[in-house]
Amino acid sequence: MNAVWAKKNLTDSVFRMLCVCCAGFTGLLMLAFFVQLYVESYGAWEKFGINFIISSEWDPSRDVYGALPGIVGTLSTTAIALVIALPLSFAAAMYLSDAAPLPGAVLSHAVDLLAAIPSVIYGMWGLFLVTPVMQDYVQPFFSETLGLSQVPGLRLIFGPDYNGFGIFTAGVILALMIMPYICAVMRDVFRMTPPMLRESAYGIGCTRWETARDVVLRYGIRGILGGVFIGLGRALGETMAVLFVIGNVMEMPETSYSGATTIASAIANNFSEATGMQRSALFALGFILLAMSFGIQVLAQYYLHATGAKRGESR
Amino acid sequence: MQAKIEARDICFYYGDHQALFNNFLSVEKNKITAVIGPSGCGKSTHLRIYNRIFELYRNQRVTGKLLLDGVDILGPDTDILELRRRIGMIFQKPTPFPMSVFDNVAYPLRLHFKLSRSEIADRVEDALKSASIWDEVKDKLSSSGLALSGGQQQRLCIARAIAAEPEVILMDEPTSAIDPVATLKIEELMVELRKRFTVMIVTHNMQQAARISDYTAFFHKGEIVEYNDTKTIFTNPKCKKTEDYITGRFG
Repeated sequence: MNAVWAKKNLTDSVFRMLCVCCAGFTGLLMLAFFVQLYVESYGAWEKFGINFIISSEWDPSRDVYGALPGIVGTLSTTAIALVIALPLSFAAAMYLSDAAPLPGAVLSHAVDLLAAIPSVIYGMWGLFLVTPVMQDYVQPFFSETLGLSQVPGLRLIFGPDYNGFGIFTAGVILALMIMPYICAVMRDVFRMTPPMLRESAYGIGCTRWETARDVVLRYGIRGILGGVFIGLGRALGETMAVLFVIGNVMEMPETSYSGATTIASAIANNFSEATGMQRSALFALGFILLAMSFGIQVLAQYYLHATGAKRGESR
Repeated sequence: MQAKIEARDICFYYGDHQALFNNFLSVEKNKITAVIGPSGCGKSTHLRIYNRIFELYRNQRVTGKLLLDGVDILGPDTDILELRRRIGMIFQKPTPFPMSVFDNVAYPLRLHFKLSRSEIADRVEDALKSASIWDEVKDKLSSSGLALSGGQQQRLCIARAIAAEPEVILMDEPTSAIDPVATLKIEELMVELRKRFTVMIVTHNMQQAARISDYTAFFHKGEIVEYNDTKTIFTNPKCKKTEDYITGRFG
């Protein structure tokens, strides 16, 4: 073995080690987060146990803490965001993947730029523009004009009392924030569908919608769900924008128009002044948030894997 | 006898580039018509006008008339979804949909006909039998269409096309991505299909055209140089260009 060869070999193994270390570091980081959050929140778990998750009381004066309002707020804002963002992103991505070159390129860049807007801007914009519009037009339209606040099942969403702040508005802002992400991923997935596959759908007499729903969507479902989970993860953890519009009330919301809180905004709002048990409780909230994001990702991967054969993935 | 399809003075443009020049072609019912010619001569382009699939793309346009049973299908009044049901298409590569074998064939049935569950099951079986693939897939109807071999996938696509009860089946180099044994099966199948459908096939493989087709059209640079019954084309071509091509002097 000559010297040049030996040197190249050495470089190669150094590079390999570097890659292994970097990859290992990300795993270690994940583990460290869990451990750290658990250690810091140990006080709360020890005192309240499982009650911490199912109790809705959050009273610093009595030093009693329960995570349920935060969990409910987080999940419901995220759910509203997804319900609004998914169909919009799908439709926009369908158009972008197939649009004429000029409007296609301009709008595509616009979508990518939207994703780069800092969340605090969304929050300010939400506070000064969206909240009043919600209070004056949108919420009365649903609750009174359509009378949905009188319909038993829908009362949970469209309540009789509103002031613009609350879960619903936060969900709308979140929807606008995650739409660019989901839309960009969907657009790229649609563009990767083999032209021949699309042609064969059109070729047996599918409309555009049928082709999109039954062939393109099924073909790209793995990539699309990947995009959805990026959006979902962002919606779960979004702090700043939500903080502006949700009302920040540590209580169980009665309707989606009620002021509420999310885990992330509760932590941001209270952490700087919290000491002792409250600090520990906030760490416990953080632990729950991390576990929720993690759990959803794992479930999603499992779901994709379990249904892969049905969709026709030979893997 | 009226032709099943008749192309009259078809010209085709990709933007400013003209790809087809004044094509006249009369396709007879229940026959196999082969379209041969060197690469880029406009064979596929010509075929893709018949179900108007080219309309998916910008800047592609056609002039002339294309009569299906005597009715021009290039006009604005044509129900394009019904046209594509009547004229099925098979592509260079198998294109099974990302769903089960059964659903692949049931898909056009659910799209075009209102049928009960059992009627769908019956028709799926019929179509798979007509595409001579039933025996190979009857035990794995619920597994993915993508899990089949290439040749099986292509026959599955043929079954899917048959299920829509078309009158014409267009095949655009259907065996170009498929091994010789599977190709032979598909050729046998095509001869069988002729009894029920009018078949048009674009092929690079001249032996294939000679083996299975009744009529052959020879395309060159967007023009139909010669069109005649297959035997005449391959044994006694009228044009020098045709003779040069089939004897392998160019192309």
